[in-house]
Order: sequence, then C-alpha cells, then structure tokens
Amino acid sequence: MNRLNYRNVITALICGLPLVMLVYLAVGPSFISPLKLFASAQGDSGLVGQSLDAVILKSIRLPRVLVAASVGACLACCGAAMQGLFRNPLADPSLIGVSSGASAGASFMIVFGMGYINSGAVLGLSLISVGAVIGAVLAVFLVYKMATNSYGTSVVTMLLSGVAIGAVASALNNLFGYFADSEMLRRISVWEMGNLDGANWERFGLIAFVGIILIIRLPKHGLALNAFLLGESEARHLGISVNKVKRELIFLTALAVGISVVISGNIAFVGLVVPHILRGFIGPDHRYLLPSSALAGAMLLVVADMIARTVIAPAELPAGILTALVGAPVFFYLLIRGKASSNLDKL
Amino acid sequence: MIIRDKMTLELLDISAPISSTYSLQEIEFSLDAGSIAAIIGPNGAGKTSLLRAICGDLPISSGEILFNGKPAHQWSEQEKALCMAVLPQHSLLDFPFSAHEVVTMGRIPHSTSSKRNKEIVDKALKLVDCAHLAGRSYVNLSGGEKQRIQLARIAAQIWEPVDAGERCLILDEPSASLDLAHQEMVLELFRYFANQGVAIIVVLHDLNLAAKCADKMLVLNDGKMVAFGAPEEVVNQAMLKLVFNTSALVQVNPLRGTPLVIT
Repeated sequence: MNRLNYRNVITALICGLPLVMLVYLAVGPSFISPLKLFASAQGDSGLVGQSLDAVILKSIRLPRVLVAASVGACLACCGAAMQGLFRNPLADPSLIGVSSGASAGASFMIVFGMGYINSGAVLGLSLISVGAVIGAVLAVFLVYKMATNSYGTSVVTMLLSGVAIGAVASALNNLFGYFADSEMLRRISVWEMGNLDGANWERFGLIAFVGIILIIRLPKHGLALNAFLLGESEARHLGISVNKVKRELIFLTALAVGISVVISGNIAFVGLVVPHILRGFIGPDHRYLLPSSALAGAMLLVVADMIARTVIAPAELPAGILTALVGAPVFFYLLIRGKASSNLDKL
Repeated sequence: MIIRDKMTLELLDISAPISSTYSLQEIEFSLDAGSIAAIIGPNGAGKTSLLRAICGDLPISSGEILFNGKPAHQWSEQEKALCMAVLPQHSLLDFPFSAHEVVTMGRIPHSTSSKRNKEIVDKALKLVDCAHLAGRSYVNLSGGEKQRIQLARIAAQIWEPVDAGERCLILDEPSASLDLAHQEMVLELFRYFANQGVAIIVVLHDLNLAAKCADKMLVLNDGKMVAFGAPEEVVNQAMLKLVFNTSALVQVNPLRGTPLVIT
C-alpha cells in the first residue's frame, strides 16, 4: 500500500489553508494587499479613518473567506463521519435528509412568505433561512424516527428513509415551484445553487459556533467510527456504545449541515468528495481522516469561492456550481487512477 | 450474588425468539475457564442465533445467561469487551485498512500503551501465520486470509488476562474458508488460549474437527439442545441419523482417540 504519512498531509493542509485564504483576501474586482488588514488594525477604528481597501477587506472579504472555510470544513468532516457511519464511501451528509428538507423549507418560505421576506431577520438570517432550518430539522427528525425502534437505530432503514424523505421533499419543492412566479423561481434556484454572497460577521459567528462544537465532539468518535466499519455488532463487541455514538453523530451532522445549508445554500460535492479523496491518500483511519477532511474541505470551498468571485468579475457565480465543477473531475481522475493501481495490486 | 467456582459462562434454561415462528428453546449448559465447547447441528438449527444470544445481540425471552457469575445484561459493553471477543461468520469490512490496522482494532477496548498494543498485534499476526500480510490492504486479501486476520483481531482483543473477569472467545465457523493446514492452526490457537484459562465456544461444521478440539460438544437441532457432553458421548450413529439424517460410520480416530465420522 502506498499511502502518504498522515502527519505530512495534515501539516501541509495546516500550512496551505492560511496561504489560500490570504490569496482569497487579495484577489477580487480590485486587488488588495492583505497586509492592509494588519496595517489598518493599528490605525483609527471607525470608517472615516480607514481606507476603502481596508473596509472591503474587513467587512466583505474577511467574513466571507472565514464563512467559506467554516462551511467547507463542516461539510467535509460531516461527510467523513457519515461515510463511516453508513459504511459506504459514497455516503454524503445529505443522505439523512438535511439538505432536501432545508431546500423544501426555503422554497416554501420563498413562495408563501414572499410578502414578508425582506422584513424579519433572526440572528442575521432571512426568513428563507428560518424556513430552511425548520425544513432540515423536520426531515432529519422524520428519518431518524422511522429508522429507530426499541433496539436502536438501523443504519440501512435510515438510508432508505433518507431517500424516501428526500423524494418527498423534492416533490414538495417542485410543488412550491409550480405555484411560484418567475421572480420566486429565480430566487429558489439561486438559493439551491449554493452561494456565499450573503456572508457577514453574524453568519460567521453562527457557523464558527457549530464548527467549534464539531471540533470538540467529532474526533472523540474516531476510533468508534473505525470500529463501525467492521460492522455494527462488531463495534459493540469492541465496547463501543453503538446507539449513543450513532445518535450523537446524526445530531452533529444535522446541526452542522443544516446551519451550513442555511448560510450558503446547497454546496454540492464537498462532503462526498473530500473525505473520499483523502482516504486514498492517508487511509481510512477516522482519527486522521476527520481533521484532515475538515482542513481540505475548508480549502476546497475557499478556492471554489475565490474562482466563483473572480472568473466573471464583476459578476459572481454561485460557489456551489464551482465545487461540483472543480471537485468532480478530480474525483474522476482519482477513481480511474485508483482502478488502475488496484488492478496492478492484484497482478 | 453467589460466586460459582470457575464457571466462565452459564446458560440457565434460556429461550430466545429468532423469528415469529422459530426460537431457541430451553438451552442450558455451562462452560468453565479453559474449556472448549463446540456447537454442531444442521443448517438452520440455530447455532449462530445461540452465539448471538450469548454475546448479547439476540435478546432472550426467558432464562438467564451468566458471564463470570454476573447476569450478562448487567455487563456494560465496555466492560464486557475487555474479556469477551466475538468472531462473526462474515466480515463486512470494505475499507482499505491495512491488515495490521484491522488487528489493532482488537485493542480498542483496552487502555494499554500503543507500544504494548503493537507488540500484541505482531504476536497475534504471527499466531495466525499472517505476519507477512501486516502491511497489505485488507480488501485485497483472499477469503481465507481475511478470516485469519479477523481471528488475529479477536485474539488481540483477549490477549492478556484482565481484571474484569475470565476471558471468553466466541467464534462462528472460524475454519470455514481455511485450508487444511490453517484449520489445524485454528485448533492450536484454541489450545493456546484454553491453556491460559480462556473459555471458548465455537460453531463448527466439520464434525471431525469439532470432535478433535472440543472438551464438550453441544448438538443443536430445530432450536433445541439435543445433547451436551464429551465428544465420545455425543458423536454416535444414532445422533447422526436423528439430527443430520445421515447414515455414517463412527470410528475411533487412530491418532487421537476421538470419534471419527466416516461418510
């Protein structure tokens, strides 16, 4: 087996992420040296004393790059956790119904709450986001309830009910779309593409809070997730409290992915591709896969959003389109390369 | 609580539903430290279900299972994993761990140092004749090699005596995909652990293999216990006719003196 040492990979990611973020701060419709951020920090606070460049950095690019990194990290490490929990390298955080539930909730709000849409705001979130939260929570709750009986939660039933709830939610989504006028339809589809242009400091606060919970809780389950890959009863025979771990992982994923979807819409592919690629490099051990996925997910989304912001400047593309466009070819390449090398392995 | 002398595992008249129409009924036997019990019986007799009941995967409807003198349901999962290891019939592992990493998972319940764990894992790999496979990816191994790696994993799990209680190995057809030499290796592994006081309960399909290694044999048919005793008491033509519906000759194995079934 030719694996890379996980220490080297994690070190490279830890060094690479700030670099990418600095580049992100610099590029955009106008080039700004990120150093101005530090220069202006010493100067007068208050907008008058600051240059325009510093304002752009401080109130636009900095919160946005931080939100992008946090959302990418949450999505990717939740993806790693779900792939372990479902023992399936193709599992994705959206499997437990979070994303589809959120989409249906958001479209509901766009279509039926249009009159109030710009009025109320909670925690810096629009009414659409509130709809998305409610939709996500409802979907996960239903999926979890359906798969749980007195003996515990069946992962297979969860997978199936996730698919079923997803179908119901997308049918509802279409139904709301059917009643929508063209302005609403455009809002729905832009929301679903996944976009970071609403990033601000309040939103960063929210996602950072969730991210900190993940950083504290998820790595504790690294060994348990490894044991899960042997099978559920095998994990139990290795002393893992299977149902407790499952409950916590599902709750954390629902929370993190739900909030991510609320902040940035559906960002495709990060949760699926990042852990998958890293597993090819450092192996499936979750103790290292979870942190390195978080770092790489952050990096991928920062890069994707940087391209999204600049490629057709001064206009912007939704970052969700870019993550899929960047991620999928890399994924294909690794699949083909992996197939070739595993054939060699057998010869 | 009455402390029974040296009994690692006791099943007191247990019944457990397997499906709506089928169940394990009134099974009662006990196993003391260092002895080997082989469960035999035709397909669908409930052998795997009996193992699942013992290790807590199948809830029992009546009776009681005592592990180290304490009711099995009172053991926490963490505590039980310190002294009971279970080898399933099939392994689901489909992720590219190295063989060494798979065996190391057997040490998850223990808080021993990683250096000590590595020593144990290396020894366990040697015990199942897999030291040369340590760095290979588990998914690329053959069926028999996977089986031996899983054996090494549960061997590593109960490698040393622990304070929690006497150790117990539970195995479902450990020799199913092994060649002749490695079937013998499994028997040696049993003796190695039995000599240290580990109680072993194993489902085996090969009656001769079972008769060779077991101190006690348990014959299961239709969810009921038909016989429990030493191999020479249990394996005879009448039992083979009754349980397996086979006419076979039972002789004495000239090498060991155990019963030898000739079909």
